[in-house]
Parts: sequence; structure tokens; C-alpha cells
Amino acid sequence: MKKLLCKTYLAILLLLLYAPIIFIGVFSFTESKVLGNWTGFSTELYENLFFEAGSGNGLLRAIENTFIIALAAAFASTILGTVAAMGLKNLKGYKRRAMQFMNNIPMINPDIITGVSLFLLFLFLHVTQGYVSVILAHITFCTPYVVLSVMPQLIQMEPNTYEVALDLGARPSQALWKVVIPQLKGGMISGFILAFTMSLDDFAVTFFTRGTIGLETLSTYIYADARKGGLTPELRPLMTLIFLVVLILLLVRNIRINRNTTKAKA
Amino acid sequence: MAQDIIIDIRNVSKHFDGKVILEDINLQIRKGEFVTFLGPSGCGKTTLLKIIGGFKEPDQGSIYLNGKDLTGVPPYERPLNTVFQRYALFPHLDVYENIAFGLKLKNVPDKEIDKRVRKMLKLVSLTDYEQRDVDSLSGGQQQRVAIARALANSPQVLLLDEPLSALDRKMRLDMQIELKEMHDKLGITFIYVTHDQEEALTLSDRIIVINEGRIQQTGTPADIYNEPCNSFVANFIGDSNILNGTMIRDRKVNFIGHDFDCIDEGFGENTPVDVVVRPEDIYIMNRNDSCQFNGVVRSCTFKGVHYEMFVDTEEGYEMQIQDYNAFEPGTEVGMLIKPQDIQVMKKDCVCNSFDAEVLDENHVTFLGGRFECKIPREFKAGDTVCASVAFDKVGLMDYADEGELVGRVRFPLYKGDHYHLEIVTAGEALIYADTQEVYDNRDLVAISIAPKDIKISAKK
Repeated sequence: MKKLLCKTYLAILLLLLYAPIIFIGVFSFTESKVLGNWTGFSTELYENLFFEAGSGNGLLRAIENTFIIALAAAFASTILGTVAAMGLKNLKGYKRRAMQFMNNIPMINPDIITGVSLFLLFLFLHVTQGYVSVILAHITFCTPYVVLSVMPQLIQMEPNTYEVALDLGARPSQALWKVVIPQLKGGMISGFILAFTMSLDDFAVTFFTRGTIGLETLSTYIYADARKGGLTPELRPLMTLIFLVVLILLLVRNIRINRNTTKAKA
Repeated sequence: MAQDIIIDIRNVSKHFDGKVILEDINLQIRKGEFVTFLGPSGCGKTTLLKIIGGFKEPDQGSIYLNGKDLTGVPPYERPLNTVFQRYALFPHLDVYENIAFGLKLKNVPDKEIDKRVRKMLKLVSLTDYEQRDVDSLSGGQQQRVAIARALANSPQVLLLDEPLSALDRKMRLDMQIELKEMHDKLGITFIYVTHDQEEALTLSDRIIVINEGRIQQTGTPADIYNEPCNSFVANFIGDSNILNGTMIRDRKVNFIGHDFDCIDEGFGENTPVDVVVRPEDIYIMNRNDSCQFNGVVRSCTFKGVHYEMFVDTEEGYEMQIQDYNAFEPGTEVGMLIKPQDIQVMKKDCVCNSFDAEVLDENHVTFLGGRFECKIPREFKAGDTVCASVAFDKVGLMDYADEGELVGRVRFPLYKGDHYHLEIVTAGEALIYADTQEVYDNRDLVAISIAPKDIKISAKK
């Protein structure tokens, strides 16, 4: 009886958590312009999304921008974060604790503050507001996540691995590419995935740093669209698809982590 | 002779944070030799190995390989390979790829690599393990792969940094034999670092005993064991009775209250010395006329091959004795030591002496502390003098405010009826003290000295 209660409670909880997404997902398969009206099953919205790009070119451009920015930011922050983690690992005592603390602050800092402060900084430095500023901003808030996901793998690595490689005749660059990076690969990939998803769903920071040239990412497009009165129906299949992409990425990341921990235990 | 030398260490010194790690090390290693750096942890032996391997640069001095200065040559250009304490196998590569790693970097043809890797696998008895994941191997097998990986590069010298310390005892003993066999088979020079004296005695052609960054003694295992040159070596290698003695004249030494014949000469007459007698070199028997001294057995423990006994002599000294026969505690026994089993060593010093400055009529300062004492008339305030304090007059206190100086105990040595301690002060100066109390390594003590025990004399 008690067990049944527990299970029901959990089921209700999960249902409530996922209801909005399920709702969007279900209604992405109907043509109705107004959300909530079921006018029969149809894949027309999906077809529109891919072949006619819904209401004009705006949506497609936004999707494109979002993915370009997410890829660039994830790529750059993976490199930066990995290097930073290596540096952190070599620090000792309070210096290391202090740096790790500093690394954690951007993650808990409200997005709106990160966004406004970056906007002011870019203005001050005369950085062109547009692609460059948005990508730089995304790198800023993605890097700490990469540091966090590379760190455990660095700690797991034998401390004298690098020395051993040098001893066997590897130049410092060879030691890095043939021995150190392969051992950190897992952490770097999961860091990349995390950074990619963080960049993908960002709104506040993008909103403040995109400037006035009319750069739209998905989040800013949807925001503008919603303010115009009523969501473009094609956004429903789009959001469903993005949710699935993110879900798959997270699953991949978790499976990787699980595999690594069981391997480390064996 | 000269061209026989493969590694020549000249005047190597290394300091870190103002502390001496290595002090003026000079050592020549011959081609094909199995040399062991032996010493307690923190003595500088691993640092010396890392300097040879190129992972650390000495502050002064150089390492020469076949007469060529290695200063500034990075590790990857030195024809030396290291087996590290933590094997650090590459987990993303299998056994075969681990061993082939160095050869691949050198662009050795695949066929050649294959031949060489198989030879190495055979050498470390891991044939058929090529495709195994390194994480699936046992500690001993991982260590074998690490050795094979280092040897695959055909180094001129193999450096081994406590390679067996992570293995259990049985495995360690097996690996010792295998290492020795590998060394004999390959004929290359091995430099081995360990803190395990048994391992050093088993493996080495030559042992270099290192303590506090200095070479204490160099010699074959038998030399080091039978003729330790100072009390540190005697205490560190094997069990021993280390005692204060007086060399009466050549071939005659007095210790534990008796005169003994010995075979040492050239110490002068009535010279204070340290005497070392190994526990297995004291003959223990029921009392009879042939005994040199008598005592009562205090404890007797079975140690497998022999019994270990502690005997209190009539003169109040405690002797450690190993014998195949057991004597029950409480038994009255007689003992005998043969002349060739007595090792006489020069004392480093017989009395603490410090450079001191006179402050006023009855105060001096030395080692940063202010001491009260009687100062002879001829010295005035500001004079530099010599203050000497006998070992047994150095008072040791538990609390810092009870003494004029604070220091840390280092290397406590039992001398039969008292402990002889080295105390390192905050200013890195050494004070020796004799005491009845038991102190551990690194214990903090305060030092106070009674005014009458400080002797002031002119500086030499």
C-alpha cells in the first residue's frame, strides 16, 4: 500500500513536471492556429517548418544562428575550460580553493546580471554587438561548466602521466595530444555537450548582448513572436524537436559518465 | 677506468624553499652496475633520481652521461628511461600499445616495433597479454608492463623510483628476483631508489646511503651492513646495538662497562667512539667463565628463523640479541662478542659547540636564544666566543615557554641506556641531546640549559 502511494506520488510529480512539454508535443501534430484546439492529426506544421519555414525566413535564420552560436561557444569553451582545469589542478592549497570558488560564481550568478554586465563591458570596449559579442558572452558562461566536467577526469589521471610520456621520448606537445587529451576526452565531450545545451537555451544573456543589428536566436525570436500576439504555430514542432535533441544529448552524457565510473570501479 | 663510467654526478646541490634537499652530491656510476639510492623518506633520493632523469634541474652541479654534460637536455632527449612508483600506464592504450608507445614516437618501422614489443613481453613474462586492457591487470602485472614500456626504448640507464612499494610482500619478493635477473640478462645500468633496506641489500651491486641530502656511505651491501661508517647507517640498515664507547688504544675498546678486544686501529688513545654490534653477533649462553659480561633476559620473541631477546646487563645497558636458542625471560645469562664483530666508528662530535656572542657579565646569545651563564673575566660584551654544552646537559621541556629555544626531534637513536637525539631548531641549527625520555621523530621540544652547564671559551 505504502509502496503504491509512493509510486503514484512520483508519477503525478513527473507528469506535472513534463506536462507542458507533452502538451506542446501533442499539439505539434495538429494544424490549429490557436494552441489548445485539436483539429485532427496532421504533420503539416512539421512540413511547414522544414519546407516553407513558417512565417517568412525569420524562424529559419534564428535556428541557424542559434546552432552556429552554440557550436562556436561550446567549441571555444571546451578548449578554454580544459586548459583552465589543468591550471587549476596544478595549484595548491588555498589558491586552488579560491580559484575553484571563482569558477563557481558565474554559474550561480543570475543570467540577467551576467547579461547586463557583459553588455556594458562590450560597450565600454567597443566590441561590435552581434555575432561576436553573443559568442563571447556564451563562452563566458559556458566555460565554468567545462572546467567542472573535466576536473574529475584530471584528478583520476595518474599525476605523473605527463612526465612518463616525456620520459618515453614524447615532446611536450606530443605528450599533450597522445597521452593527456585522450585521457580527458570523456570529460571534454560531456563538457562540450553541457556547454552546447546551455548556449542553446540561453535567453537573457543573448538578449542583452545581441546589439541592435537584428540578430535573432531561437529564444529571442520566440520572445518577440509571443509579444506580437500569439505564437507562430510552427514553433510547436520546433520546440518539440529541440527538446528531443537536448534530451538525447543529456542521455549520451549520462551514459558516458556511468560507463566511466563503472570502469573506474572495476 | 674512466671510460667505464656511464653516469657522473658532480657537485649536485638542490635547495627548495630555503631547505637543503641535496648538498654537494658527487657520485660515479659504472656501466652495467646495479646501484641503489637508499634512505628514509624525504632524504633527497627521489630528487636525485629526477635530476638524473631530467625532470628537475639542480641548482648547482651537473650530471654527465658518457662524459657529456646533460644540463638543459630535456627528459625526452635523454637516453634514459624511468619506472615510476605509480606505474602511470596509459589507460586509453592496451598492453601492446603501452609498450610500443616510445618506439612509435621514434618512428621505428612497425615490424621492428612488433619484434621488440614481443621480446619485452617475454622478458616480463606477459606473453599473450598484448590486447589486454591495462585496467584489467593486477598490480604486479601493471608494474611489469611499466618496466617493459621503459625497457622497450633500449635505454642506456634504467631509473627505478621505488617501483615495488605498491605491491604486497610476496609479489615484491618475486619481482626483486625478476628485476635482478633482468639486470643480469640485459647488462644495462640500473639506478634504483628505495627506502627498504632489505630490498637494497638483495638487489644492489652498490648501495648509496643518503640522509638529509648528503651521501652517508657508499659500498657493497656487505660493506654497508658489516662496516657502517656512522651511527645513522648502522641504525638504518638492519638491527643494531649502537653504544657509546672509548677507544682505549689500538685494538682495545671499552663499552657497556667492559673492555673488549677489537680489530680497529688508528683512533688514538682514550678517544670517544660509537660502537655497533649486530644482534646476531652477540653470543648468548648460560653463565660460565668464558662470558665477557652477564645479564638477565627481559623479553624473548619468536621471529621465525631466530628468537629476538632483550637482555639487561648487570651494568644497566639493554642489548638486543638474536639467537637460534631461546632463553626464557628472567634467565640469568652470559654473553660474548668476538673482536671482528665489533664495529668502531668515529663520533661526528662529542659535545655541542656554538658560536656565541657575549651580551653582558652573565648572559650570552647563540642560535637565536638568550642564555644565562658564568662568563670568564677576559670576555666583554660584544665578544664572539665559543659556547659548549655536553649532550646530557641539554634540558628538554614539553612547553615552548619553559625553554630558551624550540626545536624538532630528528633521528632518535637508542644507545643501550639512553636516547641520543638530534634537535633541529627553527634556524636549521643542530643540537644533540642525551636523554632517558622517549621522543619520536618530529616531536616538538623546548630547550633549556642550566647556567653552570654552559662553558665559555675563546673562539678557535
